[in-house]
Amino acid sequence: MQLNDLCKALDLSVITGDTNKEFNGVYVGDFLSRAMSCVMESDLWITIMSNTNVIAVASLTEASAIILAEDVELIEEAKNAAEQNGITVLSSSMTAYKLCVEIGKFTENAL
Amino acid sequence: MPDVLKFHFDVDGSDFSSAGEASVLVKKKLRQLGYPADIIRKVSIAMYEGEINMVIHANGGTADVEVGEKDITIILKDEGPGIPDISLAMQEGYSTARENIRVLGFGAGMGLPNMKKYTDSMDIDTVIGKGTTITMKVNL
Repeated sequence: MQLNDLCKALDLSVITGDTNKEFNGVYVGDFLSRAMSCVMESDLWITIMSNTNVIAVASLTEASAIILAEDVELIEEAKNAAEQNGITVLSSSMTAYKLCVEIGKFTENAL
Repeated sequence: MPDVLKFHFDVDGSDFSSAGEASVLVKKKLRQLGYPADIIRKVSIAMYEGEINMVIHANGGTADVEVGEKDITIILKDEGPGIPDISLAMQEGYSTARENIRVLGFGAGMGLPNMKKYTDSMDIDTVIGKGTTITMKVNL
């Protein structure tokens, strides 16, 4: 599924990075070790964590994008790290749950 | 072409924001060398967790990665406080990380369990008050 289309459908803000790519699945969680083992390549990772370590985990797991829920802002240092590592970071005013519901609907429609 | 490729990293114990950099570098190298995605994933997870552990608990240390013909070995060495009860530390969800570290998203109590889960062998050599050396292997 196209990330571009999802961004439009859910009105996601692009903080940094490319959205012209695919995504496969979704993982939700804020503990980095859990995310490290559960975020699969090309997944979207929904979290409220916004420090630099989140960027490292997204890079190592090859997540398609990080979606920051509840309008959480990315700290400047993390934004720089994301730019350097080519990590896409999006944000939304929705809660993690609401994001999941909406992504679920989008996914169903896309199939 | 040498039989074993070696990488050495000093892991800075004072800087949380750079924690994970060595793992990201190793991952990039392995990818350049053309290793399969599942091998790279295992090494990345195991090394990342080890690196973070050294920053949280031991004020940093060193990480050595040796890429051999049959396996990839990761050796993490620190001069931290040591692990008093390894079986407890191996339990999923058990963590001694402080609150100021938990708010950063660490301290899930999944560090050592993940390291064991994603490697083919893991050996912990720890001495209280002296430090810990963890040797992990991922078979190729």
